Amino acid sequence: MFANTLRRTLGSLWGAAILLVAGNAFAGFSDTLNLRQGATDISHKVYNLHMMVFWICVVVCVSVFAVLIYSIMNHRKSKGAVPASFHESTTVEIIWTTIPFLVLVGMAVPATTTLLALEDTRDSDMSIQITGYQWKWKYDYLDEDISFFSVLTTPSEQIEGAAEKGEHYLLEVDNPIVVPIKKKIRFLITSNDVIHSWWVPDLGWKQDAIPGFINDAWTELDKPGLYRGKCAELCGKGHGFMPIVLIAKTEEDYAAWVAEQKGAKAAEAEAAGKTWTKDELIAKGEQVYKTNCVACHQANGQGIPGVFPALAGSAIATGDIAGHMNIVLHGKPGTAMQAFGAQLNDVDLAAVITFERNSFGNNKGDMVQPSEIAAAR
Amino acid sequence: MSTATTHDEHHHGAPSGLMRWIKTTNHKDIGTLYLWFAFIMLLIGGAMAMVIRAELFQPGLQIVEPQFFNTMTTMHGLIMVFGAIMPAMVGLANWQIPMMIGAPDMALPRMNNWSFWILPFAGTMLISTLFMEGGGPAFGWTFYAPLSTTFAPKSTDFFIFAVHMLGFSSIMGSINIIATVLNMRAPGMTLMKMPLFVWTWFITAFLLIAVMPVLAGAVTMMLTDRNFGTSFFSAAGGGDPVLFQHVFWFFGHPEVYIMILPAFGVISEIIPTFARKKLFGYSSMVYATASIAFLSFIVYAHHMFTTGMPVAGELYFMYATVMIAVPTAVKVFNWTATMWRGSMTFETPMLWAIAFVFLFTIGGFTGLMMGVAPADMQYHDTYFIVAHFHYVLVTGALFAIIAAAYYWLPKWTGHMVDEKLGKIHFWWSVISVNVLFFPQHFLGLAGMPRRIPDYSLQFADWNMVSSIGGFAFGLAQVFFLYVVIRTIRGGEKATGQVWEGAHGLEWTVPSPAPYHTFETAPEVK
Repeated sequence: MFANTLRRTLGSLWGAAILLVAGNAFAGFSDTLNLRQGATDISHKVYNLHMMVFWICVVVCVSVFAVLIYSIMNHRKSKGAVPASFHESTTVEIIWTTIPFLVLVGMAVPATTTLLALEDTRDSDMSIQITGYQWKWKYDYLDEDISFFSVLTTPSEQIEGAAEKGEHYLLEVDNPIVVPIKKKIRFLITSNDVIHSWWVPDLGWKQDAIPGFINDAWTELDKPGLYRGKCAELCGKGHGFMPIVLIAKTEEDYAAWVAEQKGAKAAEAEAAGKTWTKDELIAKGEQVYKTNCVACHQANGQGIPGVFPALAGSAIATGDIAGHMNIVLHGKPGTAMQAFGAQLNDVDLAAVITFERNSFGNNKGDMVQPSEIAAAR
Repeated sequence: MSTATTHDEHHHGAPSGLMRWIKTTNHKDIGTLYLWFAFIMLLIGGAMAMVIRAELFQPGLQIVEPQFFNTMTTMHGLIMVFGAIMPAMVGLANWQIPMMIGAPDMALPRMNNWSFWILPFAGTMLISTLFMEGGGPAFGWTFYAPLSTTFAPKSTDFFIFAVHMLGFSSIMGSINIIATVLNMRAPGMTLMKMPLFVWTWFITAFLLIAVMPVLAGAVTMMLTDRNFGTSFFSAAGGGDPVLFQHVFWFFGHPEVYIMILPAFGVISEIIPTFARKKLFGYSSMVYATASIAFLSFIVYAHHMFTTGMPVAGELYFMYATVMIAVPTAVKVFNWTATMWRGSMTFETPMLWAIAFVFLFTIGGFTGLMMGVAPADMQYHDTYFIVAHFHYVLVTGALFAIIAAAYYWLPKWTGHMVDEKLGKIHFWWSVISVNVLFFPQHFLGLAGMPRRIPDYSLQFADWNMVSSIGGFAFGLAQVFFLYVVIRTIRGGEKATGQVWEGAHGLEWTVPSPAPYHTFETAPEVK
């Protein structure tokens, strides 16, 4: 207990010292100096370990630097220093090999216990599968019939500087992952394409999402709250644009959220049954395009030459409608073109295909109904 | 470029014209070529770093597209590692090893020519990918599969070929150094009498020969995955994306020691000279270098703590990794003990060497912090690691190279460096480099991932500070170019001894060193 208090005090002293150095010109400087303590037992353990190793490093560093600085100040030719002749001592070498070794052994003990706790995913209360996609996250609640994608909602105008940046710039998504508090939640983490890494700093860890592998990790939150994170492994051009928002709710609120998700699913099925007009489909399709397609094919449908093909005037988007549906539904293996049949519902797919055939100068004039998508699946 | 052309009383001198440089088998000429190549690459890689820092100056996308930003981080890393630091170290080895062990030249002079002349072609090919359709490599200098295989631009095949060529060059250079050290030492120069720079390079050469073929294996598997239907790294075909990381880091971890061990050697030459006192613990320095080299092979998976390794694997790699702190600490203690009760002066090379000891130590400590696996779950892939490896590679390896240049330039050119200019360069660099990299520790701890072209607003202030430091540090190295050219062109005549406290065979020959030295082997007592 005393050790913890001491560490916290020293931690704030460190912060204060840096603040003085930085002059505290902006609040932003002081908010971003140290590791976050986080919101879980594990994240606190990791933080304490971090501070312990940090202070060991500071003490050793300051001692060595003090000797160096003393020597630089006093053992100078200009002060008439005469060089000593000593140049080896086995005793001294043994001493300064042994001491660091013992310090390291001392560090290894708490590091080992923390690591074992962090990796212990046994006896979990529920499981959520997390799948990385270029450039979004998918969450599958394995114990409920809930599954959704989570995509960045920061408008491109803010990114390009045409609009003022909001408070949660690049840290906001359409569908946050929602979890109950006081439950041990096991995450099963994998990827659909390249390697990503799922990281919410307040949970105290990150875990790589690797295609073909399922990694596991766990957390247990005590209080309701909202936590933000980011993809931490370079995954292509959208790497900086696939944040994570995690909301922890009380058990009742979580149950209400689960019910709401299931209700939304029924409404979705109803929408797929009705017949849509072309204008409705184009309007909805534009939204779907902005969230799912724009990163590669670009807002003007021109793609990026040599990397991502253009949709404007493309043989597929202006050709046979069945071929267009096929590539959107099933993707193109070996390329970044994903199989969106698994990601979007019938309405979204019909809308986006209709939008693509009637935008960027592609004036095909035809349209696809959700029922046709359902038939083509 | 006329570093070694004058002062050739006895014997045939250097031929003149372009063909001299193309056909040369002289270790001094080849050393010069390596060093100039490295300097040009430093400026090109530095220009890319300026693009990165300019984009990160403010939140939002202002200057480059995300794809091109990723290309810049990738090419910056590749060019600095394979184009600047490694060739500069080989250049120093070429110039100094024969002179330090009393040999007339390298053991295999024709191969020496070839190992250099591969480099400009490999470098040009690598840089040419920027102008290809689809852009250059954009998957980070660690080129993790499958981002670098299935999902990479077409130019990746040129990148693979360039890496193969760089590997050939390094392996040949290493064979040459080993052959020279083992066969060409002057009578009486036993292994345990060799200058520490020669020792560190000798050990580094073995590391290179051991790991460059592993890198070649990794890129060859990439090549066949991309073009010939294999699935080494593709889970869909039964392969394993994590295998790539194992193979890469089995090369990659020794690689970082390849860049730092010769730097240790340089510092171990400079500090005794200006402290006017023998290096403390010579033999323990040799053993520490060998221990670090050995440990470098068995710790590599500490780069992979978040890939889902078994706990037993994480524990082993954590314990082994933190053990590296022991021989590294021994080195720092030995340098400190060398300075202790010496009679120090602070000419430009000594200033750079002292800055190395201070700043490399900081980089070493952050390395220790990241060796602690549970904490690395937070540090991994953030700006904390970016700060760490720039402290060890910029204020470590690069500072040692600059220190070496200031230390040996009088021997190479026959002119003393203008101390005033050297000191301006030093203070300018050492202040700006800390403004550049120290705040990146804060950014990483606060949660900023590496390799992102845009960031959320809480990171704005420190990024701006870091960018300002970056621009200043970049400009300082252009100033260094001016200092070097000025020293080549003229300046106070250097004596053979150059530095009052210097010991070693290279200081027994005139300055500039004649085109051929030690045609008759000196006797070492």
